[in-house]
Amino acid sequence: MSSKLQKSSAWHQQRRLVIDNIARYGIGLGGLSVILAIVLIFFYLLWVVLPMFSSVAIQTEQHYQVPSIESGNTVLLLPEESGTLGLRITDQAQAVFFDIKKGDVSEVLELALPENTKITGAQLVGMTENILALELDKNKLFFIKLSYRVSFVNNLRVLTPDIEYPYEDSFISFESEFSQVSISRDEAQLTLSLVQQDGDVKLYRYEIEEGDAFDEAVAEVKIDQQNRADYMLLDAQGLWLYLSNQQGEVSVFDISDSDDVSLVSQTNILPPNEKLAELKILLGGMSLLAADQHGGFSQWSLQRDASNNYSLKRVRGFENDNKLLRVQSEHRRKGVLALDEKGNLLIYHTTADNLLAKQHLSDLAITHFSLSTRANLLLHEDERQQIVVTRISNEHPELSWSALWNEVTYEGYSEPDYIWQSSSADNDFEPKFSLVPLAFGTLKAAFYAMLFATPLAIMGAIYTAYFMSSGMRSWVKPGIEIMEALPTVILGFLAGLWLAPVVENNLTGIISILLIVPPGILLFAVVWQKLPRTFHHLIPPGLHAAILMPVIAALVWLAIGAGPLIEGIFFNGSLRVWMESEFGVGYDQRNSLVVGIAMGLAVIPTIFSITEDAIFSVPKYLTQGSLALGATPWQTLTRVVLLTASPGIFSAVMIGLGRAVGETMIVLMATGNTAVIDFSIFEGMRTLSANVAVELPESEIDSSHYRILFLAAFVLFVVTFFFNTAAEIVRQRLRKQYGSL
Amino acid sequence: MMIDEMKNWWKSGTPWIWLNAGAVSISLLLVIGILGMIMVKGMGHFWVSDVYEMHYNDTKNPPRTIIGERVETADITVKLYEEVESMKAPADTVVIKRVLIKSGNRDQASADFQWIFAHHIEQQTTPEQLIKLERLEWGNFYGYLKNVQQQGEIIAAGDEAWHELNQRFERVQDLHEELKTLEKDEISSINYGLERLRLKKRKLELDKKDSPENLQLLTDQENAFKADYEIVIKRLNLLREEIKRDSASFIMANGKDVTISLHMLVSILKPNQMGVMTKLAHYVLNFYHFIFEDPREANTEGGVFPAIFGTVMMVILMSVLVTPFGVIAAVYLREYARQGPLIRLIRIAVNNLAGVPSIVYGVFGLGFFVYFLGGNIDQLFYPEALPAPTYGTPGLVWAALTLALLTVPVVIVSTEEGLARIPKNLREGSLALGATKAETLWRVILPMSSPAIMTGLILAVARAAGEVAPLMLVGVVKLAPELPLDDNFPFLHMERKFMHLGFHIYDVGFQSPNVEAARPLVYATAFLLVLVIVLLNLSAIMLRNRLREKYKALDA
Repeated sequence: MSSKLQKSSAWHQQRRLVIDNIARYGIGLGGLSVILAIVLIFFYLLWVVLPMFSSVAIQTEQHYQVPSIESGNTVLLLPEESGTLGLRITDQAQAVFFDIKKGDVSEVLELALPENTKITGAQLVGMTENILALELDKNKLFFIKLSYRVSFVNNLRVLTPDIEYPYEDSFISFESEFSQVSISRDEAQLTLSLVQQDGDVKLYRYEIEEGDAFDEAVAEVKIDQQNRADYMLLDAQGLWLYLSNQQGEVSVFDISDSDDVSLVSQTNILPPNEKLAELKILLGGMSLLAADQHGGFSQWSLQRDASNNYSLKRVRGFENDNKLLRVQSEHRRKGVLALDEKGNLLIYHTTADNLLAKQHLSDLAITHFSLSTRANLLLHEDERQQIVVTRISNEHPELSWSALWNEVTYEGYSEPDYIWQSSSADNDFEPKFSLVPLAFGTLKAAFYAMLFATPLAIMGAIYTAYFMSSGMRSWVKPGIEIMEALPTVILGFLAGLWLAPVVENNLTGIISILLIVPPGILLFAVVWQKLPRTFHHLIPPGLHAAILMPVIAALVWLAIGAGPLIEGIFFNGSLRVWMESEFGVGYDQRNSLVVGIAMGLAVIPTIFSITEDAIFSVPKYLTQGSLALGATPWQTLTRVVLLTASPGIFSAVMIGLGRAVGETMIVLMATGNTAVIDFSIFEGMRTLSANVAVELPESEIDSSHYRILFLAAFVLFVVTFFFNTAAEIVRQRLRKQYGSL
Repeated sequence: MMIDEMKNWWKSGTPWIWLNAGAVSISLLLVIGILGMIMVKGMGHFWVSDVYEMHYNDTKNPPRTIIGERVETADITVKLYEEVESMKAPADTVVIKRVLIKSGNRDQASADFQWIFAHHIEQQTTPEQLIKLERLEWGNFYGYLKNVQQQGEIIAAGDEAWHELNQRFERVQDLHEELKTLEKDEISSINYGLERLRLKKRKLELDKKDSPENLQLLTDQENAFKADYEIVIKRLNLLREEIKRDSASFIMANGKDVTISLHMLVSILKPNQMGVMTKLAHYVLNFYHFIFEDPREANTEGGVFPAIFGTVMMVILMSVLVTPFGVIAAVYLREYARQGPLIRLIRIAVNNLAGVPSIVYGVFGLGFFVYFLGGNIDQLFYPEALPAPTYGTPGLVWAALTLALLTVPVVIVSTEEGLARIPKNLREGSLALGATKAETLWRVILPMSSPAIMTGLILAVARAAGEVAPLMLVGVVKLAPELPLDDNFPFLHMERKFMHLGFHIYDVGFQSPNVEAARPLVYATAFLLVLVIVLLNLSAIMLRNRLREKYKALDA
């Protein structure tokens, strides 16, 4: 019996110990995992941000003999988008599809060319589509369309290539032979420009849907050229035609209306005695890329001035040691690949304004050179008829320190500027990722909020902690602190929908509050002083704040009421109109003043509460000592109490600032959210946090835009964490100091 | 003498004390002003106000009659008035009074709100026969009842029309109720079932189990659903016919007639006929509708029930997540971890996290929870629904997790404070009696610190209920078609998107096309949110005070 009891008790003891251990490790694990989760925020944000700054990797992977060499010489080399299949169009009218990785022929298709014709050249029509134009016998153009059917065999992705003929008959023939041809296609509109053998430049325009046959050209225009057309370029929409001679004298024609083709600009883009090596158009058709004979390489952009005159302006330039032989613009970004005479591959990005990578590619002369549409694969063929496959890992070329924080000259802008404009409906759009206006907006909003909140909160805290009667203090402190719990969305909504119109309609009144209330309080204090003593005894000391409330309410009412009068007398009826006409100061309804007040309200309780604590916890014997030595309460306050509490007040301001910097909903609702750099209190702003809230849901995952928004969040995290830590350390020091006192 | 006295007074610092007092007064006035304004404007929304009939003659246009409610008044300067209106102001006036009238009838007139000048109103009455209709579409209607019709034939006109209208309206409301049940419950559960069948089928295909028998089984179920659907839809069509039977004609302010089908109406009132008691009853009724009904007309009318429901669900889920983790972390930091510089550092870091902007948590939640965790969960467990994401898209569970992370510092700090306040001798007493550490924790320390844990939780809930910015990234939508909790298996749909009171305020106040019409509703929603949060905070403060009292007694 007793052994049974002992047994069960031993078992019971065992169980208790096991539970104790489980609890110890369980709690340890749980506690650590919560702490880890918190650390994870930092590292996850960093992990998303870091690839932005990774450098470009260029790696030559394979080289092999030209596949199906018996099909003829290469006219055009083209990798398919995903980089699995390559295409070689040969002069014997064969389309050779081959496996890029291995170099095996996967399919050879015969092109159904018109009889007795020979391919003399080939080019892509447009940059993203799979339509090719083949030049036949220098007087015909023949169109083919590449299609790749995707199927899955044993869970492997298999592409089956096919050649289609987009237009019935598929070719146009011209009377005279041409030496150069440029093609652009915008939906049903096909624009061609030819340089004929005699040197004349002609423009043709066709309206043709896929599946239709070629009718007569809807327009045929002879271009009134100024110089020899050694280089001819068309933009993707067929709006602009660029002609240039060897010496770099570029003429730009507006061809959007084929009945009214006009020369809009004539610019020499090279120094005297210099010659062009290559001239290409950048994605979007607004910029030219010019390479000269000595390694100079520059971007020229078409700009419109105030009187609607266009001109080509040099946007930026790069210097290279060797002459650039070939220049190729990326299909979807503003990146540029170039090949120099020493066989080096250079990758530039125009917006980021830098050379991203330079790597030696080949010592042999390169005969064909082609980039995939995703710009991650480069195929070239060299003089020994070898195909070389080069992989390029270049995810975020547009992001560089200078693109994020420096002034950048964007296409179409005459001056370098800080601009945030992340997306547009247009594919050719140049994203403008300057964080400067957003950082500026954040600081501006925080500045005005602090300007409003700091004096009110600190002065209020001084009074509450030092002068107020304890009965009233026990009401006032939670009363103000309850505002900290007020959702910011409510403050934002009041600011945007109620305060903004009120401020707009009573601007003078609001400003005169500033001028009327403080002197009003002092005046009341003087009057109060003059009142008979008996009156003072009616109200116990430490209740100034309560007495002042109706006074201030009356003063505010007076100021608002006087607003229209003041406006009528001094500002010709309307302060806003007066400011606009006298100083050119614009007025935005949702402006910094409104944000300052609303966000100030959100910050006041934070600063108030911490400052009040700091002042209140100054040891009583310090103040009593000072008072005993004959100092007035005010002297004691300024010389002893504030001095002792100053680190606490500093930390309160830091924490308040941290809150103002990261606040989202108030700025989102109370400003116009335009990313402008303007110090005026009557203009709005766009802050980092509001920008993240607005743009992140629509941002494509892992895109450059996505990573920049994460960077913004990371910056907010680090900055506020820094402010708070500094404040916390100061506060702990202070606590120690009090302890030693 | 006088000057000396002033100088002394100035030197004594008294003016500064007054200015400091002024700062307190201003802060307090701001708090009272904001809370008061939200309360007045929010609660005013439910009051049935009088409808005025005004003869208005602004001398520029022909005189006209305006019927509507007065919304607000504003003053403008005479100068501005004369410039904008190019009219002389009446003599000896300082300011011109403008009145905003809600004249409704958005489908008939160009604008349902108009500003008019008070001095142009020639006559203003509140006729008892004026009718205010709340409609499903186009907002309110104001006018006089002309007659009641059944399928186009006049049934009643004149005095008995009002009675007839009310009777027929009751019938329509009953039909509405029935329609709603059919649409919301039956049809949606059939659709839900069909969707699940589709996914099952896809899963069978993916698992290579799509044998004819299995497929046949699914097809049978599908057919059963479809048969049900046929029956329901027939009944539905019948009801839809029925409900359109009656209509009524009304005379508008401009004298024109308009016929409105009764099924478009939400309520019929004669506000000017109602006494204070009736109005009070309607006040309560309106408030009830506001809380328990779905929004209408792009959220600008109707109730906010889905938003309340979504907020509550999210907060409950968040509490379930945050309480254990927060408490465990606090217990670890205070009771188990070796106190040293590292723990001090962690404590500072945890403290500081409360100051990290909430949007940062939202960004982290979207990247890590939604895209990374959710994306992987979809790959592993819901391949049949791909490429449509199940958990790989913002939803309730991610919102709750994100907010749990956001509020965990609050719970940790509060719990730690509670643990620190427990007298050492209690702990030692328990250990001395032979209890293990875990037992001491479970039987003595946690029960004693439970008020502190509760305080932390309440503060966390109050913060979570008002937080909007991170939710915009991780799961809130302006209009959720389904609630996250319903009678379709598995009942709680944590992957669904939800509506939220705070986001509702942002959306309706700033994204809706007719802000003027939505404004009262936004105030009412804001009032509701503030009420909830202030009450939560006050209860936290009271709990904390009680806790302090309790341990004061223990210390003594």
